[in-house]
Amino acid sequence: MAAVKITDLPVIERENSISIKGKQKKQLKCDTDSVAGCVSQRACVYCGARVVLNPITDAVHLVHGPIGCASYTWDIRGSLSSGSELYRNSFSTDLKENDVIFGGEKKLARAIDELVAKYRPKLVFVYSTCIVGVIGDDLQAVCRAAAQRHGIEVIPVESSGFIGNKAAGYRAACDALLSLIKPADSLIGQIPKSINYLGDFNLAGEAWIIKKYLNRIGVTVNVVFTGDSNYESLKNTARASLNIIQCAGSMIYLAQKMKELYDIPFINVSFLGLQDTADSLRKIAAFFNDQEIMRRAEELIKNEEAEVKPVIADYSDKFVGKKAAVYVGGGFKAVSLIKQFAEIGIEVVMIGTQTGRKEEYKSINDLVNDGTVILDDANPSELEKFMLEKGAHLLVGGVKERPLAYKLGMAFIDHNHDRKHPLSGFVGAVNFAREVYSTLCSPIWTLVNRG
Amino acid sequence: METLNCRSVIENPCTMCMPMGGILPFKGVAQSMVILHGSQGCATYMRRHIAEHFNEPIDVASSSLNEKGTVYGGEKNLKSGLDNLLKLYNPSLIGVLTTCLAETIGEDTDMITAQYLQERGLTDFPIVTVPTPGYGGSDFEGYWLAAKRIISALACKTKKHGKINVIIPNISPADIREIKRILLLMKTDFTLFPDFSDTLDSAFVRPYQKIPNGGTEKDDISAMPGAAATVQLSLTVTDTNSPGIYLEREFGIPLYNLPIPTGIGNTDLFINALKEITGAEIPPVLHQERGRLLDCMIDSHKYNFAGRSVIFGDPELVYAVTKTCIENGIFPVVVATGGKASNLKRLLQPHLVECPIETQILSETDFAQIRVKSMETGANIAIGHSDGRYLTEKEGIPLVRIGFPIHDRVGGQRLLSVGYTGTAIFLDRLTNTLLENKYKNYRRSMYEKHYQEKKAGERHGLQQFL
Repeated sequence: MAAVKITDLPVIERENSISIKGKQKKQLKCDTDSVAGCVSQRACVYCGARVVLNPITDAVHLVHGPIGCASYTWDIRGSLSSGSELYRNSFSTDLKENDVIFGGEKKLARAIDELVAKYRPKLVFVYSTCIVGVIGDDLQAVCRAAAQRHGIEVIPVESSGFIGNKAAGYRAACDALLSLIKPADSLIGQIPKSINYLGDFNLAGEAWIIKKYLNRIGVTVNVVFTGDSNYESLKNTARASLNIIQCAGSMIYLAQKMKELYDIPFINVSFLGLQDTADSLRKIAAFFNDQEIMRRAEELIKNEEAEVKPVIADYSDKFVGKKAAVYVGGGFKAVSLIKQFAEIGIEVVMIGTQTGRKEEYKSINDLVNDGTVILDDANPSELEKFMLEKGAHLLVGGVKERPLAYKLGMAFIDHNHDRKHPLSGFVGAVNFAREVYSTLCSPIWTLVNRG
Repeated sequence: METLNCRSVIENPCTMCMPMGGILPFKGVAQSMVILHGSQGCATYMRRHIAEHFNEPIDVASSSLNEKGTVYGGEKNLKSGLDNLLKLYNPSLIGVLTTCLAETIGEDTDMITAQYLQERGLTDFPIVTVPTPGYGGSDFEGYWLAAKRIISALACKTKKHGKINVIIPNISPADIREIKRILLLMKTDFTLFPDFSDTLDSAFVRPYQKIPNGGTEKDDISAMPGAAATVQLSLTVTDTNSPGIYLEREFGIPLYNLPIPTGIGNTDLFINALKEITGAEIPPVLHQERGRLLDCMIDSHKYNFAGRSVIFGDPELVYAVTKTCIENGIFPVVVATGGKASNLKRLLQPHLVECPIETQILSETDFAQIRVKSMETGANIAIGHSDGRYLTEKEGIPLVRIGFPIHDRVGGQRLLSVGYTGTAIFLDRLTNTLLENKYKNYRRSMYEKHYQEKKAGERHGLQQFL
């Protein structure tokens, strides 16, 4: 295999966003604007905000903008609900040329009125899109007036596409959540041994799985941000005695704010993979410093591991010598995946994220082997180049990356928001190993490689 | 025609935006790439939407406009975007499509790109600009405007040659391949545009091609003004966006504007037009295929007669599917387009006269309204793209998938529905869906109807199983 170089990239501006472990000392450039014309895999601010807020089940999610933004985000995520299904609709003010010229405020007000009359929601999110940011509609004012008119909460989400990257959308969503969770005076006072679980969107019921684990060890989940949450449950946010954060990229800001405003401490967790799941349960138990919780956590870990470890080991036997490439949205997922692949005997040889943060890239760098390519905001050309040069057999990514992997004759793991099976917890670890098996060991590759 | 103009909100869109449609014709030009002038998200959302339908890598660049670019103009971003796109992909043609953002801040892409080519000494390099603000129209309008702009940018006065221009709407790669097969059977020498039959349904090859092989050659597009005639498969495109009308007005090429050849009547129109233009006889194999289709229609006609269809999507496809349904007695009760379809009602009227039932025609509609109308009219089969799964989930109306996008099933790119053979395959999909529904329900419904009184509030159809 030829030596992997990053100096032969066609676009020089990209060089600082790529590093090879052990080769350079320099800090990887991240959290910057995408380079024009490079075919970034990143989405926009609106996308980031919508991803975070959409799982709130009983809210009206109204997109103030042209039709496309609502069209491309209609019910595309796998967040499950135990109650309302309202969040699975996509509402749009469908701005047209005239609205762009004369302003869309009146149309927006009418749209809210119509939706409130039809669905009687307690909560409406109004997402701003690119043009709203430019034509200068006063979203705040329209939402405030509508809230008063209807006696409900109408919360503007400042998610104009151009104001930053997807991470700016997380921030906009957190700001919207902060204004929603402002507690009434009567709600102050923490419930002992109760937690808010931040950064789980209940894809294929993942939040339910974790909730069950936590209940089993004697910890109550107050509310999940935002998987299967609703207006009432979110209003109780401030009563938890601890915040645990999984998807830190989207939720760390909210956790910091809650610490500041409501004095709720937070810890980082991850329920992806056996090691991270066990570590996280222990970390939570240790935080409460309660012998019974610790005992129950150990018991749960022991029982669950006894059940799943042999199954996973059977799969791992088939993965000897295989190498993985990872390109996912956020940093926490990337960090967990390195460990999870190690658990099944697969080495990660290339890893990148769309919106990873400095701290996360540091963890990534600490965990991977020398020679591993690390990249931020990569494009298809770079993914292709490094996966081939590093001899990866498998890529983990989202919908856009999938056909690239297949066209390169590589196995693929869907680690995106529209998947239909859980990857969290002990059960998720088995699903993960099974998915790796189903794609890595398919007979198709024998056929393909025979030529 | 009912529209939603009285409403201020769209609930579950039945359409996509203009640049989305604009990307597709460029994918049908050999070695071409597209850059969207706007914020990063537009390109990413559209790539995702297209990739999930075709199961192909869809590389579309963005000028990644940020706040600064939005305030002070995006010229710098677009120019460096073009630089990088050339370095990464080395394309032979670039399409520059605008978005809501670029149009709202008043970007002049014609000027910027002309300047760019001048500055880089690339004056011969073809850049085709298309103004496609998302608020300016639907994906349907974006598709046709882009197709027209590509032709008008490349077309040169050419010596007459015997070829026929065949202009293709947004149909599947398998459909395009079938049309090419028919053209060859009719011994036609043709330029087919846009040809994404290979680029958006490419074979597995090594090494990987960043820009997949295939697509209409630039030189062939340039020579379109020398053709003997144009066959354009779009009755619903507006004159302003019509490539066929452009070629007719600018270069005097006779235009045969026809529907998508889905359905026996529509396929007859296509083949007879080819016969008229080339003077070639219809070969026995096509006669045979037509006969087989008739046989298929007879075999299925009683089952089909139970169908009451709701048809939605791109107006051109909606027109062809509606006609096919009428031919087969699957009478349409709701015909809907999410975008504007100003002449759809007029086009359908003569055919609807033959229907024994009333048909609701909705334009600029959404799935909330399609759902209501479908229930009011007793629709029992939905025909259109995969967003119609909403009708299945909510009301138990089974969906036959056709058109773009199809996200919840594989093989959208391989769905064949044109020509006599394609129509038979499509019709089988319709009939079998009706049959499947019948087998699923008839024991229970007969039991309920004839053995015991139906319990109050209980509903017929698939609903009871959902």
